[in-house]
Amino acid sequence: MENKSKVVEHDDVVIKFVGDSGDGMQLIGTLFSETAALVGNDIATFPDFPAEIRAPQNTIAGVSGFQVRFGKNKINTPGDLCDVLVAMNPASLKANLKWAKKGGTILVNSNTFEPKILEKSGFNTNPLEDNSLIDYNLIIAPMTFLTKEAVKDMGLDNKTVEKSKNMFALGMIFYLFSMPLDNAKKFYVKKFKKKPSVTEMNTIVLEAGYSYADTIEAISTQIKVPPAQIEKARYRNITGNVAVAWGFLAASERSKRPLFLGSYPITPATEILMELAKHKYLGTKVVQAEDEIAGICSAIGASFAGSLAVTTTSGPGLSLKTEALGLAVITELPLVVVNVQRGGPSTGLPTKSEQSDLYMSLFGRNGEAPLIIIAASSPANCFDYAYMACKLSMEHMTPVILLTEGYLGFGSQLMKIPKVADLPSINPPIAEPNEPDYKPYRRNPETLARRWAIPGTEGLRHRVGGLEKEDIYGNVSMDPSNHETMVRLRNEKVERVANYIPEQDLNGASTGDLLVVSWGSTYGVIDAAVGQLQKEGKKISHAHFHYISPLPKNTEKILKGFKKVVVCELNAGQFVNYLRMKFPENQYLQYNKVQGLPFITNELTDKFNELLAE
Amino acid sequence: METIENLTIDRSKEPLKKEDFVSDQMVKWCPGCGGHAILAAVANVFPKIGYRKENFTLVSGIGCSSRFPYYVNTYGFHGIHGRAHAIATGVKIANPHLSVWITSGDGDSMAIGGNHFIHIIRRNVDVNILLFNNEIYGLTKGQYSPTTALGTVTKTSPYGTIEHPFNPGELIMGAQGTFFARVPDTNVKLMTDVMFEAAKHDGTSVVEILENCVIFADNVHCQITAKDVRDDNQVILENGKPMIFGKERNKGIRLNGTKLEVVTIGEKGITEKDLLVHDQYEKDPGVHLMLAKMSLPNYPVAMGVIRSAAFPTYDDLMEESIEKAKQTSSIRCVDDLLNSGDVIEI
Repeated sequence: MENKSKVVEHDDVVIKFVGDSGDGMQLIGTLFSETAALVGNDIATFPDFPAEIRAPQNTIAGVSGFQVRFGKNKINTPGDLCDVLVAMNPASLKANLKWAKKGGTILVNSNTFEPKILEKSGFNTNPLEDNSLIDYNLIIAPMTFLTKEAVKDMGLDNKTVEKSKNMFALGMIFYLFSMPLDNAKKFYVKKFKKKPSVTEMNTIVLEAGYSYADTIEAISTQIKVPPAQIEKARYRNITGNVAVAWGFLAASERSKRPLFLGSYPITPATEILMELAKHKYLGTKVVQAEDEIAGICSAIGASFAGSLAVTTTSGPGLSLKTEALGLAVITELPLVVVNVQRGGPSTGLPTKSEQSDLYMSLFGRNGEAPLIIIAASSPANCFDYAYMACKLSMEHMTPVILLTEGYLGFGSQLMKIPKVADLPSINPPIAEPNEPDYKPYRRNPETLARRWAIPGTEGLRHRVGGLEKEDIYGNVSMDPSNHETMVRLRNEKVERVANYIPEQDLNGASTGDLLVVSWGSTYGVIDAAVGQLQKEGKKISHAHFHYISPLPKNTEKILKGFKKVVVCELNAGQFVNYLRMKFPENQYLQYNKVQGLPFITNELTDKFNELLAE
Repeated sequence: METIENLTIDRSKEPLKKEDFVSDQMVKWCPGCGGHAILAAVANVFPKIGYRKENFTLVSGIGCSSRFPYYVNTYGFHGIHGRAHAIATGVKIANPHLSVWITSGDGDSMAIGGNHFIHIIRRNVDVNILLFNNEIYGLTKGQYSPTTALGTVTKTSPYGTIEHPFNPGELIMGAQGTFFARVPDTNVKLMTDVMFEAAKHDGTSVVEILENCVIFADNVHCQITAKDVRDDNQVILENGKPMIFGKERNKGIRLNGTKLEVVTIGEKGITEKDLLVHDQYEKDPGVHLMLAKMSLPNYPVAMGVIRSAAFPTYDDLMEESIEKAKQTSSIRCVDDLLNSGDVIEI
């Protein structure tokens, strides 16, 4: 196809595809992202869908979206405001207009902008006609009509044909960014092997969209995003949830401990369970338990029996698991609990992201029950931190909570493919058969980890359990001073993990006017905001924490280097209060957002500028 | 007693003795508690089963019954209230080469752990559950449990309970249980035999032990277990044999229409041939359920192995499905997985 139009270059573009839950937005978003990655761009994606599977058609509640950011530089976040908004119906336009950049492009399917549907979506007048979109480059395409026209000779039923209008939109977007259609075509060939007519229909519609975009005047310019200048290597696009699952598989292989997952389905963590269930051929044992409690308890049993045991959940599920977590603490068995956080309390906002389970992770157990807490910060590094969670859990014989968020779990990013042999070694303290003078609670003097004596091993029969045990010997003990000794040992064991984790790093100078502190999914957007102000010459630095309990050894030193410290979190202020408790002599400011939404760059730069000016 | 064929669990090279399983911990049950008899039966049966002593693993929840693992020298895990079944599921699936035994009570298994109890049975995980049924909460000092008889006065039912109790056998068969046996704590010989049968069974076996709590529910089972009434009030089932009971061995059970009926041999022309012959291996649970539900005063209480039906176990199916997946996948290690599918070279 010949280009009629000019081509301009952009470093970085955000596109958001929005429509009804059944409109296939997730699919075209994914196909676009894959194509962008294949032509060499770095990418990050985020799906945004309602809690309901199919909410009523053409309502705001039923709007489903998929955001992708692609560019020539390293991309750490799917972005906030979008350059291009593709809206398949009025409700999706209504719900997402606030995310469109002024001056950006809006592409709509005009066939859905009918009086009845407009009314259902809360529009009094037709936004395509009332000049309310004058600030945008509006492209109006009668996609439903054109889709039907394109395939009218194929003799297919109306419903099937209408469903493929998403491919028309995708075709238009491919034209806009002058991207090849092959990958999307290949997808249909693979998916509908037995229905060649469906493959053909989608291909025709995709091409029709591309050609239509080429002919209309509304698109006078094509946009070209140059290939990314990231490290030459093999990459794959991966969501945070899949990355967690694969991190576990890698840790299992490296530690030679068979992987066991006990888990109960819960949004947004279910995909980890589904992903691991796929990989039975690697020897993974997956039990879909009868409830959250059975999920963690079966994992504790498997850990006792010598497996790398994990359980996966989200907020309300972690509430149910807390008693069993205490059991893992007192039995001093390895266990990794993944909490893909969502909006709470209670059922809260199941499909929205939040960082509000930190208090529960730190304090949500009866008794003195310390454990390791780690938080991933990008979809790709969910792999690394899942791996580290397993390593620390087994080497230090303690449960670990790995915090991710819906935003990370559902979001995707390019991950550089690691070699398993290059990952850090994992050396669990497994007791040998007939180990001389084995005692259940004898400890490694450095780490304070006890030995992992696995049932079936000759000469090591012993009992563990939820009752307090005698130091070294492991018999049930109600002795007051022994209890205090054991409480202190369990605490000290977790504190000493600080000797085995990296020091906290800092983006920017180690002294300055403002230190921005954060953890979890907010890394990308905060890094961008801080970077922007650093370029302007502001004395601002950023410390993003991955190790939360224990904190890295140099944490206090970093905090002391700045006139002001602001802790930014998607909660009402949990990490900031933890820091206040740990290092009370410091002063902390806080910036919080609890809307189930990520930070956006502008609100952060505004806040930081305000703090710098004071 | 025959030996147990089990290709999964290693047998001990030398014969084992009771003493091999005695732990050095003081047994802290009340004098006269049924737990002592159960402990004696377990000490009898473990050497007879003949597995390596390191391959036995005991798992428990909370309650008097759940202190059991401390009193047996095996690998043991004293869990939390109601969760023994879930913990044991993980132990057995992680390592099918272990012989896993759960000790639990009526409160632990049927109240707080009810969900895990029915699901371990439904899945048919190859573990053995010893269900100490004393119809009371003992360790918390005398509150009614899900098996306490309607109207019983306890500390939390000073005017008598208003709850209908579970019949454990009925619950187990409702959950598609493949093995159910019942024994009184007064008959160590029968308990030992039944535990041996439970060990032989592939799948979840539940042995309900009518246990006496000497402090909070003393004599709760005495209508069944007392010396003067036990022969008339118990029928001890034996596979392949007609169901005969009574001091005079002249009473029997027959099927009359769709119901069981107690008859007297020699009266109304009834002979042994008219009696039901016990088939514990029958897959259909119909008659097993009727036997499990028999209760005083109209029927004797059924003892021995009531049901032992062969169905695939969860742990076997798990191993098989992993083997099958290995045979059909070209991915052999995590590096293969990482480099499979859509890889992008930049």
